[in-house]
Parts: sequence; structure tokens; C-alpha cells
Amino acid sequence: MHHHLILRVVTKLLCGAIMLFAFYVQFHGDFSPGGGFQAGVIMAVAFIVYGVVFGVNQVKLVFPPWFVHKLVALGVLVYAGTGIFSMYLGYGFLDYGAFDPGHPSHGQHNGILAVELGVGITVTGVMVAVYYAFASRPPTINDEDW
Amino acid sequence: MDFDFIIGHLNYWLFIVLMMTGLYIVIAKGNLVKKIVGLNIFQTAVFMFYISIGKVENGTAPIFPMDMNVDPSVAYSNPLPHVLILTAIVVGIATTSLGLALVVRIHEAFGTIEEDDLLKIERDMATREYELHGSAMGGRA
Amino acid sequence: MASETTHDVAHTAMTLIDQLPVLQILIPLVAAPLLVLLGTKRLSWAITFIASVLAFAVSIALLWLVKDGGFISYELGGWAPPLGIEYRVDAANAFVLLLISGISTVILPFAYTSVRAEIAERHHTLFYSCYLLCLTGLLGVVITGDAFNVFVFLEISSLSTYALIATGAGKNKRALTAAYDYLVMGTIGATFFVIGLGFLYMATGTLNMADIAERIADQGANRTIQAAFAFIIVGMGLKAAIYPLHLWLPNAYTYAPSAVTVFLAATATKAAIYVILRFSFSVFQPEFMFETLTFEYLVLPLALLAMFAASFIAIFQTDLKRLLAYSSLAQIGYMLLGIALMNETGITAAIVHLFNHGITKAVLFMGVGAIVLRTGSSFLYRIQGMGRVMPVTAAAMVVGGLSLIGVPGTAGFISKWVLVQGALEKGWWPIAVLIVLSSLLAVIYVWRMVEILYLSSPVVGADKREAPLTMTIPMVIMAGACVYFGFATDITIGASTTAAQGLLGGTTGMIEVIETATQAGH
Repeated sequence: MHHHLILRVVTKLLCGAIMLFAFYVQFHGDFSPGGGFQAGVIMAVAFIVYGVVFGVNQVKLVFPPWFVHKLVALGVLVYAGTGIFSMYLGYGFLDYGAFDPGHPSHGQHNGILAVELGVGITVTGVMVAVYYAFASRPPTINDEDW
Repeated sequence: MDFDFIIGHLNYWLFIVLMMTGLYIVIAKGNLVKKIVGLNIFQTAVFMFYISIGKVENGTAPIFPMDMNVDPSVAYSNPLPHVLILTAIVVGIATTSLGLALVVRIHEAFGTIEEDDLLKIERDMATREYELHGSAMGGRA
Repeated sequence: MASETTHDVAHTAMTLIDQLPVLQILIPLVAAPLLVLLGTKRLSWAITFIASVLAFAVSIALLWLVKDGGFISYELGGWAPPLGIEYRVDAANAFVLLLISGISTVILPFAYTSVRAEIAERHHTLFYSCYLLCLTGLLGVVITGDAFNVFVFLEISSLSTYALIATGAGKNKRALTAAYDYLVMGTIGATFFVIGLGFLYMATGTLNMADIAERIADQGANRTIQAAFAFIIVGMGLKAAIYPLHLWLPNAYTYAPSAVTVFLAATATKAAIYVILRFSFSVFQPEFMFETLTFEYLVLPLALLAMFAASFIAIFQTDLKRLLAYSSLAQIGYMLLGIALMNETGITAAIVHLFNHGITKAVLFMGVGAIVLRTGSSFLYRIQGMGRVMPVTAAAMVVGGLSLIGVPGTAGFISKWVLVQGALEKGWWPIAVLIVLSSLLAVIYVWRMVEILYLSSPVVGADKREAPLTMTIPMVIMAGACVYFGFATDITIGASTTAAQGLLGGTTGMIEVIETATQAGH
């Protein structure tokens, strides 16, 4: 792991930028193409790239598998919670008008932001979880035999 | 069946070709990973079909201007099929990862991911069970 | 549409009754991630059970509201139906919702013991989470009034089903290949269904079922609609295990953990049958020549073939679970036969049988699960004589077996009786004779089961005790239901007749609702 110097340096530099871009896509989703799905995948890519270059065990230190599983569940709960909150306010499930009855379009913005946040969290979690699930399996071929 | 008919329905021809390619791979290939690949191609064909039916002639991207002054002379493509396909793509990813996870487990349990070998192992297991059954139940199996 | 103007009007807060349709889905959907987030192995069963009980209560309330032929429409996100996603509850799907959530509630105590015996403890949280997602998916498929939403929920239930079946790998590694086969075939089926929806969307420009129905009625049959119908029937046929498309079913049922088999056998194919019913009668019109021809010349022979071939194969099985799986295929044949008769009695029979077969198979598979708990296997030679040491389990299984044959006084008799009536109403008496004849095949395999259970001595090494109460009580409840619904037919037949009338009423009823819904707005 001590060769590939360029790869390691570039990955370290890029990871932050990828995450920043993920946040941009996440929170700019209601003005331009993007949203939770895309942002979640981009965010997950930051972790996966790090894992591919430095080894899956390294990335597991910062992003432990149990935490990833909780994230997956948390995102769905954020999504459903938004809907339940609108139901609590006396509107239909996921009726964003509930969040700002005076200005339904503001309510739509807030509602979509909350829902997309949930989607983003879940997608990040799922993609990283899928990566962990496959990368953590004991290899049937040794690294030296490739 | 004239030339215009064939050209005018190009997206359907491509959709059918891609779909049949995928289905053929699923059926004909013995390797479980290749079957998943075939399944993906099969699904992608459907995505293409949906997206192509959402296209409106001379239609542009269906994003309204910020001030919401929609020019009635501008045609917009239909965004709904795209949204549907976004959902279908997510389903496809879930299916693919679950399928591949099963393949990994099958490889660990059976030591092979070739369908012929798997069928042979399963048939041997079934034969053994049947023999056990036969000997245990005597003549009234 | 949630435009600015409609919201200027003072909003009348929705009551809990108004929210019922979405609560039906929401309760299991929220419980599933909650399990994972809490991550407690001890509480996971309890939360699952509570969610299931609540869903059952909601479905009872829904059936109560619509049992006289009314309907409830719920718009998701405040977007009015033709544009937004709509949940639509009428007698037909309220009845199926009741079946699914009811079965789930009754079998969960059984699952508690069975799962602990068959699945490693560290997987329990995820297992119950998958179970809840599967429940969510099945309920969603049934409740939704949006065609594409059917696909989404279908895939939620299917994906969790594949995972649930694969958890049987701890006992038998063939569960993995069974799950893989089901995954490939299920995905092809679901994709066919989506292609069908694509054609429907091309022809009508809408995805709301009632709206599609209205527009199809306007334009009549054309080739796009025919293609859509063909793709949808084949796609759902794969999910419902219509006879030549059934290959995934026997292995999946045999190698899945017992609790999963009970749940799937009692509910999963039923939801698919319901979708076929809904699409055939509420979306496409029975007046279409191509539909009548498909049912008469394709589905009817296949249903008859299933009734005989699958029953015949069942007779020669050496594994009780697999025997019952083939019997399920035969029973699906009866439901399809009812649909293929295309008259009110036939469809009533299909819906009643859907319900009765659900509870019958739940008893039988629970019985197998209880025996597996004691003997560790469902092979006939290993379970010999277990009826003598497990009297309650075996008695419940005999009741289930009698219901499977269709002996008078059991639920199975009622549905076959209505089915025969439907065939005679149509003047197809040979079909009626075939229904009776195929029941004789059921006598053979049920007798085989009884013979194995009672007429030989237990094998050495089996744990010779009755199953624990958590297992026997659900079995006794279900066996009781088999007998109860064999006598008290007004609930099942009443609801099914209303449902059948609603379905055969065609589109007119549905269009009215759309109009009232849009006029009312909020």
C-alpha cells in the first residue's frame, strides 16, 4: 500500500471536494437537477473511493458498519416522519402545504428539503452498506495471485 | 411495412433488440453473474422504452423559467416517464445488489456459480434424500 | 392540485378516520426502519407484532367503512387523483387487506418460536425488518389505486421476500439458489408488468387506474392496449405462479424458513391474484373481445391443468412442505378458474377462495413448521407418527387438510361450492365435474399426510413433545377459522359478492369517485 503515491494523494484531496459537491446537489435539488438520490450516491462515492484506495478497514474506522445501518433506517424515518408531521398538522400524508399554510409554495420547499434529506441519508447508507457487504467478504483469491 | 414505418419506430426496434438480448442472456448463460448482467440489460431496455415515449417532438427540458412566465409556444418533453424510470432504476440497483449478494453466498455454500454444476449438486442432494426416504419408509414410499 | 388558491379556503383538518388508508401502509413501513435503528433483538418481535396488530385493526376499520359497496379515496401529498397517487379502498381490496394483515397478526406468535429455532439470533432484527417491509409491500400492492405504485410496492415486497427466503440457508443451502431463481423470475415478471404499464401510459397518458379505465373505455381496444394486457397478465402471472410460470414456487416454499413459508403461502400469491383481478376488471374491460378470449382459451385451460398436474405431482412428494407447495399451485388454479368464468359467481368464488385458501394453507404450513421444530425436518420419513405425540398440531392440520379437499363444514367447501355454481351458471358442467374430480386428487395427498402423521410410530431421535403454546394457539385459531368460515358464510361470501359486483361494475363506479374527489378538493 505504499506505492500508488499519486492515487493516494489525489484521493485525499478529492474526498472533501466530492462531499462538498454532494451537499451542493443535495440542497440545490429544488432549483436544478439533483436531489437526494444523486447526492446520496455522490456522498457514498467519497467513502467508497477512500475505501478502494486505502482499504475497506480504514474507511470502516471513520464510518463503522453499524453506523451505516442506522443511517439507512434513519433516512427512511426522516422521510416518513415528514409525512407523519404533516398528518399531525391535519393534512394528508406528505402534503407539504401543511408546513406553511399561508404560502403553500414555501411549504413545498421546506417539505421537499426534508424529504430529500431523508432520501440522501438513506441512499448514502445503502450504497456504503452494499460496498461493505461485498468488500468485507474474505477473498477467495489472494492478492498475490491476481 | 415501408421504410418510414421502420425508421419512425426506431426506438421500439432498439428496445425490442436490447430486451431480447437481455432475456437471451438470462436464459442461455449458465454463469449466475452473467444472468444478473442479462437481467440488467433487460431492465435497461425498459428504461429506454419509457424515456423514448416521454420525448415530445421539438420538446425541450421540462423546467419552467424561474419567474413562471411559461411561453405557450415552447413544447416541453414529458418528464413523468423519467421520474418513473428513476424509481425503476433504484429498484434495479436493489435487485442487482441483492442478486449479486446471493451469488456471493451461493459461491461460498456450493463452491461454484455455474448453473450446470449447481443443478448437479442439487440433483445429487435430492437423490440422496429420496434414497433415505425410500429405505426409511420401506416399500410404501 | 395543491395550488395557491385552494389553500386560501380554510383547511378542514383531516381526522384519524380520513387517514386510515395511509396508516395501513405507514404503520409497518415506519416500524421496519425503527427496528433497525433501535437494534434490539429482544424488542424486534414485540414491535413487529404491535405494528401488525395495528395494521390489522386499520384493515378491519376500512372493511367496516366500505362493506356496503362504498369506497374511500385518499390522495397522497394533497395531489388530487388523476395527477397524484391515490389510495383507493373498496370492498375487494379491503377484504384482501384484512386477509393479509390478519394472517400476519395470527402467525407472528408462531413465528416467534419458529424463527428462534431456525434463524441465527444476530439476524433477528433484520429478519423482522424484512418481514415488515414484505407486509408493507403486499398491503401497498392491494391498497393503491395508481398503476405504477403497484409496481413499486410489488418490488418492495418481492425484494424483501427474496431476502427472507435466503435466510433459510442456515438450515439448507438450497434456500440460496431458490431465492436466486425467484429473484431472476420475479424481476422478469415485474419488468414485464412495467412494460405493460408503459404501453398503457402510451395509450392513455395517465397512470391512475380509474382514469386509465375511463380512457380505455373511450378509445376501445387497440393494439397498444392489447399488448399492455398481455404483458401485465404474464408479468403478474409469474408473481402469482400461474401454472407454467410457477417454477420458482416449490423450491422457494420448501427451503424458506417455516414462518416465511406460512406468510408467503397465505398472502403473497393472493396479492398477485388480486392485482390480476383488479387489472382485468377495473382497468381493462371484460367487454373487450381479446380479454374474454385470453381468459377462455388461455387462462381457463392453464387453470385446469394446474388443478390436475400440480395435485398429481403433490401426491408423489417426499417432503411435506414441498407437497403443500404443489397443492398451493393447484389451489391457485381454482382461483384463476373463478376469474376465467368471468361472471359474478365465478369472481366471487375466486375472492372467497383467495381468503379461504389463505387461512387453510396458513394452518397447514404452521403445522409443518411446528413439526419441523420438533423433528428438525419436514421429510415424510422423519415426521412419521408425529401426530400421536403432537395431537393438537396434527388435529389442526387434519382440519386444514379437510378444508383443502373441500369437505362440507370447512371453508374450502364454501369456495368450491360457489365455484361449481359459477361454472354451472355459465352452462359449463364439464368444468364443474373437473373441479370435483381434482378434489379427489387432493383427497389422496391429504390422506398421505394423515397416514404419515398417525398410522406409523415416531422415528427415533425426534423430540416427542407437543409444540409450545405460541405455536398451537395460532394453529387452533386458524383451524377454528377454517371451520367457522365453513358455516358462517355471510362475512366471506357477502364481502366477496360486494367486491365482485364492484369489480364487474366496470369503470362507471370508479369514474364517479374521481369526479367527486376533484370537485371536493380541499
